[in-house]
This record gives sequence, structure tokens and C-alpha cells, in this order.
Amino acid sequence: MSRAASRRLRSHFMVGLMGLAVVVAVLPLLLILGTLVAKGASSLDLAFFTQGPVPAGETGGGVLHAIVGTLLIVGTACCIGLPLGIGGGIYCAEFPASRLALVTRFVSDVLNGTPSIVVGVFAWTWIVATQKHFSALAGSAALAILMIPMVTRTTEEMITLVPHSLREAALALGYSRWRTSLTVVVRTTLPGIVTGSLLAVARVAGETAPLLFTALGSQYLSFNLDQPMAALPLVVFNYATGPYEEWHRLAWAAALVLILVVLTLSVAARLATRRKFSPYG
Amino acid sequence: MASFTPASLAGARIGDWVFKGLLTVAALAVPVLLTFLVWELWSGARQAIGEFGLGFLTSSEWDPVSGQFGALPLIFGTVVSSALALLIAVPLSLGVAIFLTEFAPMSIRGPVAFLIELLAAIPSVVYGLWGIFVMIPFLRATVYPFLKDTLGFLPFFQGPIYGPGMLSAAVILAIMVMPYIISVSREVLLAVPNTQREAAMALGATRWEALTGAVLPYARSGIIGAVILGLGRALGETMAVTMVIGNRHEIAASFFAPGYTMAAAIANEFSEAVENIHLSALSYVALTLFVVTVLINAAARLLIWRVARGGGGRSA
Repeated sequence: MSRAASRRLRSHFMVGLMGLAVVVAVLPLLLILGTLVAKGASSLDLAFFTQGPVPAGETGGGVLHAIVGTLLIVGTACCIGLPLGIGGGIYCAEFPASRLALVTRFVSDVLNGTPSIVVGVFAWTWIVATQKHFSALAGSAALAILMIPMVTRTTEEMITLVPHSLREAALALGYSRWRTSLTVVVRTTLPGIVTGSLLAVARVAGETAPLLFTALGSQYLSFNLDQPMAALPLVVFNYATGPYEEWHRLAWAAALVLILVVLTLSVAARLATRRKFSPYG
Repeated sequence: MASFTPASLAGARIGDWVFKGLLTVAALAVPVLLTFLVWELWSGARQAIGEFGLGFLTSSEWDPVSGQFGALPLIFGTVVSSALALLIAVPLSLGVAIFLTEFAPMSIRGPVAFLIELLAAIPSVVYGLWGIFVMIPFLRATVYPFLKDTLGFLPFFQGPIYGPGMLSAAVILAIMVMPYIISVSREVLLAVPNTQREAAMALGATRWEALTGAVLPYARSGIIGAVILGLGRALGETMAVTMVIGNRHEIAASFFAPGYTMAAAIANEFSEAVENIHLSALSYVALTLFVVTVLINAAARLLIWRVARGGGGRSA
């Protein structure tokens, strides 16, 4: 074989090998989604969504308490986390060179890499240990702390995409700074901010570690944020590691619901920006 | 349309002032939270730090009953499971990232990247569930016996096969960190100027030679950054690891043996701990984990910025 031919062959071989890596990387996604549907879909009946748990060992029952719990805990986390995150992001974009913006940007990156279990320990010492009891609110606080740096960074990144000319045009028309920011700059980049927020919600909705010793979990339907509360990820964890066959069945179904929620949010997030994200749209 | 009466100008000034005030409060939240987090972790861990000092990190006794705590098995488990995970994930991730930026047909680049991002969206606890009921039985029945037969002369592949253990944790971690390494290395590779590729091709290089000779050297520090970022993820990953690593405070040479990680120990023991010193020891573990991940992430960011800004990579 000539030298050129062997070099070409080697090139083709390596490229093929990398193509194979793509297949191997995507395979787990398909396997996981496939198993979830295969093992979980048959348990998704009306009782699953409308009933609470039955005593251990009995069959039947549902996860209504956990669905309500997840909605309440994540909803409360959004109420705390989104305004602070979006506000911080707007600050960093509006005053990009200020010392506070530099610090906030850097600290956000640091917090984004912090393991969620550490944030759980923080929420425990801060809220649970001082109140002397577990509460859904402590769980919401932990999730909010995870959301804030994520939302801050995505909001800032989105706003920096807005062309300067747009801002200058508004200022030249005599708009005050705050109206320029809110009605022109933020308004233009709203789909991007929605995307960032949805991604953050999707990520914390599946978080288990920060809830383990804050919201703790519960066997009862509860609307009281000051008390322990169930959540879907906690149900998946407790049932999956429990001894009963029936629990495993419910764990698969709960995991399927959880992943449908998370994937819907993630896909919706993509669509929000794809739909005409041009600064002049 | 704004008008310029003195009253409206004054209104605008007050509006600006309020606006900036509110934003400043929001922007301050992040650094304040971090300070608070460090303080709370420190105060939680103070008792254990006072009792055990730095010896905590090198002692391997963990006995809540007698109040003796040492985190060495946890640190060992965290480091080994993450290192093994990277060993599996890095070649695969780089292959995918390179294929997607350099070789794949344009039409499949977007969809494949999207699928891989979905992989990152799957909650950790779902990976754990899948790991317990699908992955571990599969590995125990096929891969582990094969490894034991072929590589059994190494101490890493000896001893009984339980199923849950260090290698199972590493495999699930590898799947979980892959999307992060892929997406960051893709960004880095996309930042490599096209002139690098064109110059190599013009000299007669094949596509593979252009990649290894001109593209990878330029992107090197960014790719190392991506790998370190993946390491940071792996070290702190909690739920999936807790569910498949076996949870035993032991240091074993065999990858089949159960182990424990820092994050998993906190997850399992924190809500059950009754003694103050036990809680404090777990806080000490959390503080250690936090410091390690901060250092690793800072290093990774630094390396990635160098390439993204275009100044750092040495061109070949």
C-alpha cells in the first residue's frame, strides 16, 4: 500500500471510530427512556394521579401527595429564585464593568459548580437546624439557591446579545434608563430569559439531594410549607431503594412522570428561543 | 415617547434610582449567599474540625457509636469512582465532540447535539433507578465476569462480584458527565479558527492529520478545561452514586467491591444522624467537598476562558 493510501485509510478509520462514539453516547439515552416507558407506562392509571400511598406491602395507591409536593416546592423556589436570578442577570448586563457585576459573575460560576448536596447541607444548618424541624420551605430555599446563579448567568448572556444600537435608539428618544432596560432591552430578549428560567426549573425539579434533609418527604397529602412534604424525586429514591416489588413499580411510574415533566420543560425552553429569536423580531 | 418637562425628568431620575437599587439587591444576593454558605458550613463543621483536625482527612475509622470519624474511605471512593468515570467518559466524549464539530454531516449535527443535551437533563435519581434495576444486573451477568476472566490477574478485578460497587458507580458517572464534557469541548473546538484547518489541509494533510496536527493543539487547554469541569461534576454527583456504589466505609483494591463517596455519605447519614459530632463530621465532609469542587471549577473556567478568548492556545 502506498504511503498516501495508508494515511487516507488511517484517517477514515479514526473518523469511523468517532462516529461509533456518537452511537455509544446516544445509546444510554434511548435505553433509559425505553426502559422508563416499558416499566412505567402500564402503571400510569387514574389512581396513580389521584390517590395517596397505601400502607407498605399493599398494592395500589398513587403519588398525588408527591405531585402536589413537587409543584408547591418548585413553585415556591421559583418565586424566590427567579426574581433574584433575573434581576442579578440584568444588573450584570446593564453595569457590566462594575465591581459587583464582576464578583456576581464569578461567584455564580462557582455556585453553579457546587454539588447540590452541599447546598442541601447549607439549607439544613440555616433553616432546619434553627427551626428545629424539617420543612418544605427549607427545600424550596435549597432549590432557589441552585436556581439563582443559573438564571443570573443565562439572563446576562441573553441580554448581551441585544445590539447596542437598540438601546441607544431608545435613549436617544428620551427614554429613561430604566424604561429603556425594561421595555426595550429586556422586552426584546424575553424569549431568551424564559428559556433560561425554564431550563433552571427543569434542572431543580429533578433534584433529590437538596430535599433529602430539608423537605424530607412525607406519606400524606400536605399543603403546609412549614411541614415536611413529599416530592416526586424523593418518592423515586425511597421506593427504588425499598424492599417491595410494588414500590419498585411505583418508582418506575413516578420516574416516568418526572422525566416527562423535565423533558417537556427542556424542549419548551428550546422552542421559546427558536421561535423567532431575532433582536428585531 | 417621552417629553422633557422638569417633572418627567425628575420622575425618570427616581425611576432610575429605584431600578438600580432593586437590581443591586438581586445582584448582591449571589455573593451574599456564597458568604453565608461558607459560614454555615464552617460553623456546622467547627466541632469536628476542633476534635479531629486535618487528621480527619487521613483517618479511615468511621464509627458513629464511639464518635470516631475519619473521611479517608470517602475521599478514596470519591476520587477513584470519578477517575474511573473520566477514564471511560473522556475518550468517548472527545470522539463525539470532534465528530460533531469536524466530520459529521451538517444535517445531523444539531439533532445529535440536542439528544446529548437531553441526556444532561435526566435527573440523577432516574439514573440511579435505571442503574439499580437495569444496568447493574446487565453488568453483573456479562461484563464483570468477562473482566474477571480476562483481567483477573490485576488486583482491581479480583474478589466477589456484588453488583453495586465502585465500577458500577463509575459507569453511571461516566454516562452522566459525558454530556458536559461533550458540550464544552464542542464550544472550544468551534472557537478554533478555520484557518488552522485550512492551512493543514493545504499542506496535504488528511482530515485526521489536520485534526491532530492543527486543531487539537490549538484547543488543548480548553479541552483539558472541559475534562476538569466533568471531574467537578463527577465528584459532587450524589443520588445516582448513592444508589449504585454499595455504601460501605471501606477501602478496597477491587473495583467490584462496594465503596462510598463523600456526597453519598452525606445523603445517607445526614437525616439519620443523632449525635452532634456525627452531624458535624458530615458537615466537615461537605465543607471538604465544597472546597475541592470550587478549586476544580475555578481551574476549569480559567483554562476554557483562555481558548474562548482566542489568546491562549498555542498554534501548531
